Amino acid sequence: MTELNKLTLSDARDALRKGDTTSVELTEACLKAIDAADALNAFVHKTPEIALERAKAADARIQAGDAPAMCGLPIGIKDLFCTKGVDSQAASGILEGFKPEYESTVSQQLQDSGAVMLGKLNMDEFAMGSSNETSVYGNAVSPWRREGDDAPLTPGGSSGGSAAAVAADLCLAATGTDTGGSIRQPAAFTGITGIKPTYGRCSRWGVVAFASSLDQAGPMTKSVRDAAMMLEAMCGHDPKDSTSADLAVPNFEAMLTGDIKGKKIGIPREYRMDGMPAEIEKLWSEGAEMLRAAGAEIVDISLPHTKYALPAYYVIAPAEASSNLARYDGVRYGQRATVEAGDGITEMYEKTRAAGFGHEVQRRVMVGTYVLSAGFYDAYYNRARKVRTLIKKDFEDVFAQGIDAILTPATPSAAFGLGEMTDADPVQMYLNDVFTVTVNLAGLPGVSVPTGLDSKGLPLGLQLIGRPWEEGDLLNTAYALESAAGFVAKPGQWW
Amino acid sequence: MSIDQSTAAKVAKLARIKVEEDALPALADEFNTILGFIEQLNEVDVEGVEPMTSVTPQRLKRRVDEVTDGNQQDKILANAPDAREGFFAVPKVVE
Repeated sequence: MTELNKLTLSDARDALRKGDTTSVELTEACLKAIDAADALNAFVHKTPEIALERAKAADARIQAGDAPAMCGLPIGIKDLFCTKGVDSQAASGILEGFKPEYESTVSQQLQDSGAVMLGKLNMDEFAMGSSNETSVYGNAVSPWRREGDDAPLTPGGSSGGSAAAVAADLCLAATGTDTGGSIRQPAAFTGITGIKPTYGRCSRWGVVAFASSLDQAGPMTKSVRDAAMMLEAMCGHDPKDSTSADLAVPNFEAMLTGDIKGKKIGIPREYRMDGMPAEIEKLWSEGAEMLRAAGAEIVDISLPHTKYALPAYYVIAPAEASSNLARYDGVRYGQRATVEAGDGITEMYEKTRAAGFGHEVQRRVMVGTYVLSAGFYDAYYNRARKVRTLIKKDFEDVFAQGIDAILTPATPSAAFGLGEMTDADPVQMYLNDVFTVTVNLAGLPGVSVPTGLDSKGLPLGLQLIGRPWEEGDLLNTAYALESAAGFVAKPGQWW
Repeated sequence: MSIDQSTAAKVAKLARIKVEEDALPALADEFNTILGFIEQLNEVDVEGVEPMTSVTPQRLKRRVDEVTDGNQQDKILANAPDAREGFFAVPKVVE
């Protein structure tokens, strides 16, 4: 058997059921890998005692024959999820020391299914970023490097710690969250699979809110099968989230037949951006060819408002963030700045938020405040919401034409170097989300699948976008793409 | 629309984030870059389009209006930066 921490979820599950290994052995292998990988800065709060305790309980369940699919499998949890009694600070200074008295629904469901939490994972502060460079913990580092070059690369963001940890085999899988691409972009940058389900599939309860109408949790895994397994454990109706869908959760894994004969796959012409690197163009057309060879029909489609998705997002997301982050006031939880004699409550708020929020978070909260302020609400916020309606309609129109899924690149480039974008203006960084953000605005499921390497040996991914609530069908198409692409590259271990 | 320093200061005040005087010009520049990007939305014909309120068509579920939780003052105060005698403590609010 290969080293235990390198197993996929599905292989580890099968090994556990056959009695070839135990959850304790799997967990110990991951804890050892984690301790040897501090250079990646992926796990920022390690919870080995909790992990071993849950692993022992999982082994007992497996022995008793009561073992759901995720039982005994060691995973990492993004720092955005509140975990009872364990630091949960959304990679922000303002939540330093915060230990929730409750557990998020998604992490609770994973725990109930027997999954073993190894610790909390690095991310961009409040999930605002595309490179994990806005974290109070410092950068997460990708296990990948360009050939013949030691420069540290970004694992992407905001779920950068999750991506680095899964790609480096520190855990078998991890949770992520995706507001504009924060699962799919880091998955593509690190050669792993990540799915953002339909808005409402996963409960948002207990997940630190960024932009509530866009946020969704999802799994980040080593294979499409693993994504199907873990998604099933994560989703389902939750009365504590009023936007959680009261729909049955299918057995997604059972839907992975690999048969996509007759499926109609749309190729949206608006995603062919000016200045798109030839490597991305090639990856995309090869992906379409693979699906065609597997029996799908490839159809050119148009999503005319694509260009306006990113500007609409950068109104709506900051507006919702400015409202959601108003709760960090130094009163109920987290940090409070030192106040001077004579300071009133307003000075306390202002100093606390200036000291506790990083630069990007402050900028987005203020942009959001501006677009919601009297006199600008209609011009910015309402206009953006109208454009959002049109973006969603674009997708409804192509699905009404019989399109089953849409194939696009996941990112406009391979991973860039940490620090390379520091001097760029904020809009340059926002362009990372150009192919993913439409999916959040339309509330659709989207999955990123690794399908190739660039000329420097870095992974590249393609995105498939599905119909609402049809994650099973989408994952099956992703499975066919994964099988055809045969992506097996792993980063060489330098850490 | 161009944002000047006094507008930047006003926005910072509304957002309850202290921004030092000497940081305002750079902040105003950043706002202008982002808002310049957002201005593209003016190209879209939105005549007669409803602003989106919910991305999935749904009616919010109703539930019985009853107490389901409570009696956990200690847990609620456990993470407070300053809690005294069962309350959150803050600087003086009224003169």
